[in-house]
Amino acid sequence: MAEIILRCKGNIGIMVEAEVIRPDLFAGKKKEEIEELLVWQGPKPLPLSEFFDVDVSRANPSDTRPEEANILIEGDVSRVKRIGQGMLAGRIEICGSAGMHLGAEMAGGSILVRGDAGSWAGMGMLGGQLHILGNGADHIGSAYRGSWRGMTGGDIQIDGSARSQLGGGLAGGRILVAGNVENFCGIRQSGGLILVKGSAVRGTGAEMNGGTIAVCGAIKQFSPGFVETSREENAKVGDMRLEGWYARFAGDYALGKNPKGSLYCKEG
Amino acid sequence: MASKNIVCPVCGASCDDIQVELCRDKITVKNACKMGNAKFQEIVGSHRIRQPFLRGKGAVRPASWEEAIERTAEILTTAKRPLIFMGSETSCEAMEVGLHLGEFLGAAVDSNSTVCHGPTAMGIQEAGRVGATAGQSKSRADLVVYWGSNPLESMPRHMSRYAVYPRGYWTRRGRFDRTIITVDPRKSITAENSDLHIQLRPNSDYELLSALLTLLHGKRPHPSVEKVTGVSISQMEEMLDLMKNCNFGSIYVGLGIASSYGKHRNAEAAFNLVKELNAHTKCVIGALRGHCNVAGFNQIASYLYGFPFGLDFSRGIPRYNPGEYTAVDLLREKDVDAALIVSADPVSHFPAACAEYLAEIPVACIDIAPCPTTMISDVVLPGVIDAMECDGTFYRLDDVPIYFQPFTKSPFSFTQSNEDTMKQIFDKVKAMKR
Ligand code: SF4
Repeated sequence: MAEIILRCKGNIGIMVEAEVIRPDLFAGKKKEEIEELLVWQGPKPLPLSEFFDVDVSRANPSDTRPEEANILIEGDVSRVKRIGQGMLAGRIEICGSAGMHLGAEMAGGSILVRGDAGSWAGMGMLGGQLHILGNGADHIGSAYRGSWRGMTGGDIQIDGSARSQLGGGLAGGRILVAGNVENFCGIRQSGGLILVKGSAVRGTGAEMNGGTIAVCGAIKQFSPGFVETSREENAKVGDMRLEGWYARFAGDYALGKNPKGSLYCKEG
Repeated sequence: MASKNIVCPVCGASCDDIQVELCRDKITVKNACKMGNAKFQEIVGSHRIRQPFLRGKGAVRPASWEEAIERTAEILTTAKRPLIFMGSETSCEAMEVGLHLGEFLGAAVDSNSTVCHGPTAMGIQEAGRVGATAGQSKSRADLVVYWGSNPLESMPRHMSRYAVYPRGYWTRRGRFDRTIITVDPRKSITAENSDLHIQLRPNSDYELLSALLTLLHGKRPHPSVEKVTGVSISQMEEMLDLMKNCNFGSIYVGLGIASSYGKHRNAEAAFNLVKELNAHTKCVIGALRGHCNVAGFNQIASYLYGFPFGLDFSRGIPRYNPGEYTAVDLLREKDVDAALIVSADPVSHFPAACAEYLAEIPVACIDIAPCPTTMISDVVLPGVIDAMECDGTFYRLDDVPIYFQPFTKSPFSFTQSNEDTMKQIFDKVKAMKR
């Protein structure tokens, strides 16, 4: 496997937009070519080398297969936005935390973040895997502002917690959160699956019209438009099984007369 | 000399029936409310900023106009990413120059609605809006709902001029032909003057709206909603009946919707409710815009660049993403390194972290009187008072443009209006960039 290492040169002031950091774009490129790729700081385009040392000693430029390209990012890139945006193949590993829009609209490949991910990670994702070992901010796996259709495929896993509007407009794919979520998780969801191991604050499944949400912990302010339809033991959601007794709700009746969303809440 | 039909530049009501008599250092104002009158008094106020100031090494000193414009342009052109903040107390014409300047510099451009009715604008994008002009509501509305708003204190003439007391063509008996509902956690004076007060718990607007929509769709809301909102389902039904059975309902949302938890989701739910009520009767909704021309920026920015606020031009095209390009977020994240602030006082109104950061970076501002923002600024340019000293356009709360004419002229030889000042800054910026 060809591994390209990006080492952050130091503190980044004004945030940088770096949608060029994509394994399928790096594949088969020489060190100088990678260094010359343009990133933006405010209105100014600058070469990638302005902010990163590029180490290709473990890479093999003759291997042009994007699925074999592997980018390892060292240092704090919490002020670098759009890493892996739109990527189709390959792998990115970020040792620290990542800035906003990480893996937004990605269609394939995988991203691993050892720290936290900024807002809009996995926004409008089409496929691939995004794994956040720390916490996710707001709008993870959500739709573009004003759109009702967000992520349509792929897999997001958050080992920590996420804040608000997780999976807004989710139409397909799967989001797993080991910790808690805050407000409006799965708002306008029309397909796919969200599983929250911890608890939620409010607006869970608000305006949903399809797909499934399961919350294993408590929901502080329950969405009023959900009507209980059944109780299920060890219910099957997607390709997973929930342990214990769950109440299944249909909704959101605030959205229309015949909504197709399912919300599972742990009993007791 | 007395002047008639002057437009009041204070709140979104844009009252255009103000009568003014200005003689030297005394001004007499008729028809304006207390808030309006106070602003008209500014024109003869002793604390008016009458010349430019520059800060050098901590101390503030008076400066020449040319020097101040030059320094402002320098701040903007040397920044990596400037923020242009077009406040609401100025004309659309000045805002337009600010937006173009932002595009030229690749800056972020935002306005007061970012901390005001921005979420309402976002709600419109999510759900669409059934609206009406103030005149329509005056002539037709037999049901008025104030949701999260308290016009008797925030827009004192709204009830008397547009919404409740005036006699309209189909509401000939004025107040007697209208039912008033107020939704507010507090017992405000507006609530006291209403026929029904829904006293919901703070930050439960979304749940209440959602429950009303659920009832409208023929289902009983989840019983927990009574505890969450503090409103009984029977009271919700009563409210919904009033709404469904009126001839013309007019809902005015305030910051109780836009700035309580839930933000644009609250607004979206309110717009959805109104949309669906139109299957039963005619119902419209609009925001009670607080400040003067705050609606103007949304209109101008939308028709020029496609987005209502929080615009970012750094990549050459206008982009929009509240939470990323909005002024509070940019300042909190230290993602801008200079600012031009026009006719607004963000140091008073923004979160403390943002105000602190503004004090650290170079700031130029245009204002008429000293305020915390002028105190942290490196350049203070004296402002011209729109609707009193120059002509221009405001957008009223119902998004109707109101052209205003002055009753006196700019007290300065070096600028005729804030638009003029903005143009001079823009010219200087262009010259420096060349
Ligand atoms: S209601 Fe508003 S616009 Fe009308 S006079 Fe009062 S402050 Fe001025």
